[in-house]
Order: sequence, then structure tokens, then C-alpha cells
Amino acid sequence: MMTFDQNAFLIIFTASLIAISCGLLGVFMMLRKMSMTGDAISHAVLPGIVIGFFISGSQRGLEVIIGAGILGIFATLVIDWLRQKARVQLDASIGITFTLLFAIGIILINLLAYKVDLDQECVLYGEIAYLPIDLWISDSGFNFGPRITYLAILNLALVGTFISLLFKELTLTSFDENFSSVMGIPSKGINLALMSMVSYTTVSSFEAVGAILVVALLVVPPSTAFLWTKKLMPLIRLTCGLGIFIAISGYYLAYLVDSSIAGMMVAVSGILFLASVLIQGKKPKFTWELPWNKRRLALEDKQL
Amino acid sequence: MEDFLYFFTFQDSSIVFVVIGITLLGLGSAYVGTYSFLDKKALLGDAISHAVLPGICLGFILAGEKNPIYIVSGAFASGALATFLTSWIRSNTKLSEDAIIASILSIFFGFGVVLLTVIQKSGNPEMAGLNQFIFGNAIAILEEDLIIYGGLAVLIIISLTLFQKEFSLLVFNPDFGKAIGYPMGLIRLLFNVLMILAVVIGIQAIGVVLMAALLITPGAAARFWTDRLGKLLIIAGLFSVISGIMGTYISFILPQMPTGPWVVVCLSFLALFSFLFAPKKGVLSRTISRRRYLHKTHRDHLLKAVHHGLEQGKKYLTIEEIYESFPYQKSKTRQSIDSLIKTGLITRNQNFIIPTEQGKSEAKRIVRLHRLWELYLNEYMNIAPDHVHDTAEKLEHILTPEMEALLEKRLNFPKLDPHQENIPRDYDDL
Repeated sequence: MMTFDQNAFLIIFTASLIAISCGLLGVFMMLRKMSMTGDAISHAVLPGIVIGFFISGSQRGLEVIIGAGILGIFATLVIDWLRQKARVQLDASIGITFTLLFAIGIILINLLAYKVDLDQECVLYGEIAYLPIDLWISDSGFNFGPRITYLAILNLALVGTFISLLFKELTLTSFDENFSSVMGIPSKGINLALMSMVSYTTVSSFEAVGAILVVALLVVPPSTAFLWTKKLMPLIRLTCGLGIFIAISGYYLAYLVDSSIAGMMVAVSGILFLASVLIQGKKPKFTWELPWNKRRLALEDKQL
Repeated sequence: MEDFLYFFTFQDSSIVFVVIGITLLGLGSAYVGTYSFLDKKALLGDAISHAVLPGICLGFILAGEKNPIYIVSGAFASGALATFLTSWIRSNTKLSEDAIIASILSIFFGFGVVLLTVIQKSGNPEMAGLNQFIFGNAIAILEEDLIIYGGLAVLIIISLTLFQKEFSLLVFNPDFGKAIGYPMGLIRLLFNVLMILAVVIGIQAIGVVLMAALLITPGAAARFWTDRLGKLLIIAGLFSVISGIMGTYISFILPQMPTGPWVVVCLSFLALFSFLFAPKKGVLSRTISRRRYLHKTHRDHLLKAVHHGLEQGKKYLTIEEIYESFPYQKSKTRQSIDSLIKTGLITRNQNFIIPTEQGKSEAKRIVRLHRLWELYLNEYMNIAPDHVHDTAEKLEHILTPEMEALLEKRLNFPKLDPHQENIPRDYDDL
């Protein structure tokens, strides 16, 4: 039953591309302790997608990508504004921003439900299984192949270019923002650029893996890899490797139990993450130490 | 309008149930949420609300129908697992908290989606009801649901009220609580249980994705209105109940609308209003008081310039001289001059600015405070005379008369400041 045909190859190939581009961005998001901002952006692009969809009339339009990109940047700016001008603490400003934008998105979907062919499940969970039949056919009738695969290739190319061009700046701003400001690197600009790449990636992958599950690919592989290494380059390589592995095993497991491929990819990455935590966790899990010894150890830990 | 009357006169018993349900739910989640907001763990609520999805699906699979008991216990179990994993991973790995929360959230949600698609493909006719859990539908709350959800909400409210002291300790100063012998671990456990329960009872009405808003937003908004815990809880509860009823009303008159998003939009509107217009802490009032303060300091500086003129033996300053001493601030300086004339501290005769008696004494007061503070820094803090000016420049505007008297006494009514300049007193004549 484990077949490997053209469809399987296309799905796995596309899923790997998406997982790699998410992972590359996710590494920097994680290092900046901004994983939750990524989560917020992926929820917040929803109204942008819906409005773009409404204007262009199809989910292939450039308007969708522009709309989502604007909303993603808007969400970042609102979070910053709430935090700095209104002095709301960071976690609350993230929570307020993304729930509001997401709610507006859902309301828009329901308002426009009769006019656009867009249902909330599709936006949220995506369906990569339809990829081989969603073809990009030119006006003259020439069949180029699956559309989402092209999107994923383009996305990976953009993310790759973005990261290789700004690698030094990204690294520096991630590890030492103050120093990078002293060096004259516009850390706010870099941050906004990263956020817009994240929103672009979210929107270009939402048809395949859904707006919410993009977060999993953004966050989980980097966190898993971070448990195994401390160096940046191995971290990035391991994240990409994990992305490919997740795509392959997710596809076949979904095939086995007949469920959503994107969901299964996340489930696989979750299992990998939890296994890594178990293996790489600090100490033996269950110590049979006496409680007072344990307390003393905890105290020493704190002092360190 | 008819709908409005029909809804708010509660003729329909099912509307009464829905309103009672949403009120209790709003109160419960706002209470728990406010504490977790104060604990700076607001996003844990977000993680839990995504993480209950697999539990709901499992409950559904086990019961084979939309049985509230199965679904609530399933949701509770997976919420508890997520909370436990979050704190366990945090204490056992080097991952940062936000990466952990984001990972747990998306992993559980992913599992949930897998289970959801499995149920979808099993072709169970009850499936349609399950989608309500993602976006919420308060109108669909039935009487038997209400007993479970409402009962749990009452339980949450009662236990939070009973253990208010313990939870305040947990939120504000857990180390102190531990030191005076409270079982903080147990209290945290109880608090987590209440938080998961609050999420679980909200999923029917609000939906898993947006439940986080009901936990986070009321507390954050109420925080702008008060500094007292008791008032904070009441205001948060009020915000949450108002928007809950609004959201329910909207999804009552527009039946295709899910409740959750509208509740969240109303709530966020209230929050945004608070951020902007709340007295004292709102953006608007802070901007205004900041501008006022800046104007006051500028007026003070202008008076000081006049005083320096008097010290040099000039009875007046020309307006150009004043403009020159504040380069690039011409319009601001003109404003300050106008307002000083209005308050009668200076008079203007053609191009000359002449201080009145009142203005002279006010100018002396500011210069005196400045020099007293310089002397204090120099004598008591051992700061070199060439380093004291900047701090004094800031403090001269806010030192109170009491502080002034204290400084005079401490420094034994000095005559000269560290730069050997005269400290002016009211009886001095220039």
C-alpha cells in the first residue's frame, strides 16, 4: 500500500519545500523569542486573505498575497504599538491583536460566504491532497503542472535569497540587538522584513497546509533542532532535514489512517519534538531523591 | 428593533438560557484570565484553548455523539496534558517559553485536525455539530449543556473568590507565599485546573481558536482603569459579560454568524477604547499630561533665563535674546511667553520681556531648587560639581515645597552652590 507514484512525489516535494522555507524563517523567529509573534501573524493574515480573495475573485490572485502581506505587517505594527505606546505587556498584546484580526477574518468569511468560494476549514487546515489536480494551465491550454508546487518553489527561492542576503544582519539582530544598533544595522527594518517574509510564507502555503498549521512548521522543527545543537549552521541544516523527514513520514502516515496530510505532518513533528525533549531533557526524568535533597538541588540551580 | 425587544425582554426561554450561559462563562473566564494576565502567562491560555481540540475529538469518537460530559472531560484531559507538558519542558530544557507554548499549541492543534478529518471521513451524521467547537455558537447551547457549562463556571467563580488571597500571592509574589508556608505548588495546580476548566466551558460558545481572547483581553483592558485587584476583577467581568451578550445578540439576529468572532470583536473594541481613552493610563491622557509637563518645563526654563538676566543686572530681556537662548524652538518659546503673560508672571512691553514681582519670586524658586539640588548632589552624593547640572535640570521641576524645606535644613540654608553662584531667596534683591 506504500505507493510511490507521481502524485506522492509531488505532494512530498511540495510539502518539503514548504517545511524548509518555514523552518528557515522559524529558526530566526525562535532565536528572537518571537515564535508567538509568528503564531499571531499566521492567524492575523486571515482577513487579508479574505479581502484579497473577495477583490480578485479567486485564491490565485496577487491581491490575496498582497492583502495577507499587509495584514501580517499590520499585525506586527499593532503588537509593537500596543506594547510601546499603550504599554500593554507583550503576551497580552500578541493575544489581543491576533484574536481580533482572526475574528474579523471569520466574520468576513461569513459575510461574503455567498459571494466567494472560500470556506473557513480550507483556510485553517488546508488540503495538500488536492495539489495534483489543481493545475496551472496557461491561456493557450498548456499544462505547466501543479500550481501550488510553483508557489512553493518561488517561496523557497525568495526565503532563501532573503536569508542568504541578510544572513549577517539577521544573525546579529537575533543575538544582540543593541550591538547591531550600534553597528548601524536597522534592526527594526530587519525585523519588519522578517515578519513580512513570514506573512508571505503563511499566505503562499495556506492552501496547502492551512493558516494555523503553518505555525507548527514555523516553530516545531526549529525547536526540535535546537534541542540537539547549539550552533547556528547545524541548527539550520537540522531544521531543513527535519522538514523533509516530516513531509515524507507525514504523507505516508496520513495515507495509512486516511486523514489530513498537513495535520499528520504536524503530528509527526510533534512526536519528534516530544521524543527529543525526552532524550535531551536536562536530567533523569524521575529521581527517587529525598525531597529535602531535591529542594537543595533546586536552590543550587537557582543560584547558578 | 423587534428582534431587539424580543431578545432583551427574554420572552423566549432558550434566550434566557443562552444569556445566563454566556454571562457565567464571561465572568468565569474573565476572572481566571485576569489572574493569568497579572501572572504574565496570558499566552498559556491561548495554548490551552488550541490544545483542547484533540480532546474534544476523542470525546466525540468515544461517545459517538455530541455528549457534553464526554466532550468536557476529553477537552479537560488534553488541556491538562498540554499545561503539564509546557511546564515540564520549560523546567527540563533550554527552550524559551514562547517557543514551547507555540510548539505545544500547534502540535496539539495538528493532532486535533488529524482526528477531525478522521471523524469527517467516518461519516458520522452528528459531525456537523463538531464544527461549532471551532468557531463557537452560543445559540446552540441547550438546557442540558447549560447545567454542565454553567455549573462549571459557577464552580470557577466560587473557588476564585474563596481562594482570592492564595491566588493573589501566586500571581504577585510566589516566593513570599512559599516563605510564609503556603503550598504554592498546590495552589498553582489548582489555578491551572481552573484555567483549563474556563477554556473548556468556553469552547461551545466561543470556539477553540478565539477562546484565548476571552481570557486575555478583559484583564488587559480593565488594567487601564484601576490599580486595585478587586475593582480589576469586577471591570474585567463587566467587559466580558457585555461583549458576550452583544455577540450572542448579533448571532441571534444574523443566524449564519458564529458567536465567537463577534464576542471577540466587541471585547477588542472595549479594550481598544480603554487603551486610548482610559483616564491616567490611556494613550490620550498620557500624551496630554506629557505635553503639559513639557510646556511647564519650558516655561520654567524661560523664567530661569529671565532670572539669569536679572543676575547680570539686566532689568529686562529683549524677545530676540530669549529666542536665541532656545534655538530652534521659536514657536514653542512664543507659546510659553504668551502663557506666562496670561498667568501674570511676566509682562511684555513692545520687544522687552519684564518679569513681574510674582514672576521674579517664581524664577527665584526654580533657580533655588536647581542650585540646592546641585549642592545636595555635591555634598551628600559626592558627585563632582561639573556632573551635577543635568540631574538638577530635570529635578528642579518636580521638587515639592516639603522637599525644598528639607533640603534647606539638611544643607543648613547655604548661600552658594557648587559653582559658587548665589542661591537666591525671596528676600534677596537683585
